Amino acid sequence: MIKILKYSFYDLMRSRWSYVYLAFYMLLGFVLLFLNSDLSKATITLMNIIVVLTPMIGTIFGIMYFYNSREFTELLLSQPVKRSTIFLGQYLGLSLSLSMSLIIGLGIPFLMYGITQSDAVGNFITLLASGTFLTFIFVALSLNIGLGNSNKIKGFGYAILMWLFFAVIYDGLFMISLIVFGDYPLDKFALGASLFNPIDLSRIMILLKLEISALLGYTGALFQKFFGTNLGILISVGVLLLWIFIPVMLMLRKSLRKDF
Amino acid sequence: MIQVTDLNKSFGKLEVLKGVSFSINRPGVFAVLGHNGSGKTTLLKTILGMVIPNNGELQVNGAAIKRSWEYRKDIAYLPQIARFPENLTVNELIKMILDIRNRKGREVELIQRFGLEKFLDKKLSDLSGGTRQKVNIVLAFMFDANICIMDEPTAGLDPVALIELKKLIEEEREKGKTILITTHIMSLVEEVAEEIIFLLDGKIHFQGTLEEMQKQTNEKDLEHAIAAMLVPNGTHNH
Amino acid sequence: MRILLALFFALIFLQSSGQIMVCPSCEIKDLQQAVNLSEPHDTLIVKSGVYPVVDLEITKPLTLIGEKGAILDGQNKSYVLKLLADSINISGLKIINAGKSYTKDYAAIYASRANHLVIENNIVVDPFFGLLIEKSKHGIIRNNLVYGENVKEDEAGNGIHAWHCSNLQIHDNEVFKMRDGIYLEFVDESIIEENYAHDNVRYGLHFMFSNNDDYIGNRFEHNGAGVAVMFSKFIIMKSNVFINNWGPASYGLLLKEIYDAEVLDNEFTENTTAVFIDGTSRINYVGNVFNKNGWAIKVSGGCYTNRITGNDFKGNSFDVSYNSKMNDNTFDGNYWGDYTGYDLDKDGVGDVPYRPVKLFSYIVNKTPETIILLRSLFVDIMNFSEKVSPVFTPDNLVDRTPAMNAFK
Repeated sequence: MIKILKYSFYDLMRSRWSYVYLAFYMLLGFVLLFLNSDLSKATITLMNIIVVLTPMIGTIFGIMYFYNSREFTELLLSQPVKRSTIFLGQYLGLSLSLSMSLIIGLGIPFLMYGITQSDAVGNFITLLASGTFLTFIFVALSLNIGLGNSNKIKGFGYAILMWLFFAVIYDGLFMISLIVFGDYPLDKFALGASLFNPIDLSRIMILLKLEISALLGYTGALFQKFFGTNLGILISVGVLLLWIFIPVMLMLRKSLRKDF
Repeated sequence: MIQVTDLNKSFGKLEVLKGVSFSINRPGVFAVLGHNGSGKTTLLKTILGMVIPNNGELQVNGAAIKRSWEYRKDIAYLPQIARFPENLTVNELIKMILDIRNRKGREVELIQRFGLEKFLDKKLSDLSGGTRQKVNIVLAFMFDANICIMDEPTAGLDPVALIELKKLIEEEREKGKTILITTHIMSLVEEVAEEIIFLLDGKIHFQGTLEEMQKQTNEKDLEHAIAAMLVPNGTHNH
Repeated sequence: MRILLALFFALIFLQSSGQIMVCPSCEIKDLQQAVNLSEPHDTLIVKSGVYPVVDLEITKPLTLIGEKGAILDGQNKSYVLKLLADSINISGLKIINAGKSYTKDYAAIYASRANHLVIENNIVVDPFFGLLIEKSKHGIIRNNLVYGENVKEDEAGNGIHAWHCSNLQIHDNEVFKMRDGIYLEFVDESIIEENYAHDNVRYGLHFMFSNNDDYIGNRFEHNGAGVAVMFSKFIIMKSNVFINNWGPASYGLLLKEIYDAEVLDNEFTENTTAVFIDGTSRINYVGNVFNKNGWAIKVSGGCYTNRITGNDFKGNSFDVSYNSKMNDNTFDGNYWGDYTGYDLDKDGVGDVPYRPVKLFSYIVNKTPETIILLRSLFVDIMNFSEKVSPVFTPDNLVDRTPAMNAFK
């Protein structure tokens, strides 16, 4: 599997999209820091971008890679290699290369502006970790969509729809249900619902690091108790790991039945 | 060596293989023939484990291949359309396959034979179709696999390379390999194949030697023989 | 300052030559005895040592000076000092073990009808009430340190508590871990300056029914709420720092039913709600900085003709929040960190008006749990559409001259 991972990774590192992605993050980092050289403020702005963008890039790259690397996959399938090894290797290769683009692309500008000496360093690391989590999750989800749809156009459409669902539609439904059922105690529901969307979960985790005051002050005890404690953070990270593990398992199962 | 029993495969509503059974028990060159869409490629891919059959059994070297991958160590595959990871160079691709198979190969000799030296550092995406096919041939033959599956190996090849390929197939046969080949070039079949497996409507319509086929159809010429095969039995009775 | 102080004491010496020394090895070992012996305007010098003092009543003008190490021990019984005459000076004392009660307002220093009082440089450790001043005028309370160990509201009294007073000067005191740091009820014409109130259970500074007061340059940090001003008029709040007052229902500054006040040049940083206003009218907010608060200004109830101008709003989760569609307040010429407009004529004023109230803040008001969607893409999209065509938020609530650059 390491070999497959290695070659997928090489292949991707050669692709110009990886550089575009890397350059995009680097530019973003520099522009943000140039516009407001306040590191912590730049980190906050970055959060908005990361929780929306990394899932989108993960989704698009995942589905594009799946369809574009069909030949590579077929070549590997005819070799004496296990199927699950091939797909796991490719999945990890893709997720790793995207995560590295993110980490390096943002890391360089922030390092140059002295993030390590700043008190925002913890927030920044949380941010990168969340971005990495989201990348792994959404690459796995989009590979599932790719495996389920031979038709490229359809697959691409579904993938975008999936991203849109988690990034926007889910929150819309979430908010509507909160408003409609406003007469009932909702904090448990809200907590549960946020666990079922990895984007929401990462956003809240970052939010708690960045601007805890507004959150704590208002809805009060439960959120604070849950997310403010180590147990809550542990559970959140656990749920994010599940969000990686389950789609990956599904992907591997699907891959065993797929014809090439 | 290859034992196929009652193989069925459909893609959605389209039934491609409807109970294919045949066996290959000796070395030699076997041509899998049939008209377009008769399921040749699907059959080969099923043997390779790339297509999962709906039911039926497949054995290679005496063992069922379901859920297994080790048997592919003994199979070389030359796909129909030679497309590769685009960002790798020829050299890297060859190295990669060597690495994945974890075996030594005779790639140097084959690269020379097909004149690929000057393309080694080119990206695969920059190569012409014929050159890619040559790379494809190198990849298939560089290991000493006992079974070689070739799907339209001649596509895009220039005459010199075609002659070289035929020589290669001949050499492999003499080494005692089992070679499965699909092609539309009948002269190639006549030149290299010993036995023909003829697929029609998802079933094995005929399996036998060239001579048997000529005998059965009363046609000397292979192309005519095949054309005769394609006509339903009942009407072909003179 | 020191020279002035020295002059001041010299003056007292000239007036009354009487000076009584109190110390464990002196002739007079007991404070009560010293007070009994003293003539009006005498000076009592308390040398280093621990003196049991319970309910010591001072009923004539006296000066009580604690030297270094002078400790009054209230023995957990009752009041410690009771100042019941004009022109009493208390300084340099450390008071411990004042009594605590749930029925009586025991205080370390209690003053009633004591005009021209001076209480300075004292340390009060864990009292029920620290300084409790009633019906006194022209008092000076400065440089005192009052602290408790309180975490619950009902077990604590206030650090400096004044009731029915006027013309007080309360400055340079530090109060922490009490109920309210400084509490003023019916206190008029007073100045509260440069105090530091932190970690108090309820408010750092609390005004009730007090008019014409100024509080300037104080620092309120990590209290239940920074400052509460209720039912008061003509208050000037200037150059104070409200920082890190957070928690559920926590404020930097809470204004309720107050009129004609000025809120100038204050700094609000990292408070859950920087300013909460409820039923306030004719208040000017000028030159304040709102930095990284949950809510910068939260408007509740009928607030009329308030003017918010020349303030900086930076990095707040919500800049302005209304709970109704009604608006009678003006927001002009502020700097808004979220402003995305442009300034073509380069006059430093944005050419596009800014709407500080977001649809999301309206929704959060109605359904608090929706805060969990803060900074999500959906909320951004929703806010944007509301910005384009306001439906739920007050449509006349617009800053037509938003500043392009922060003032501070």
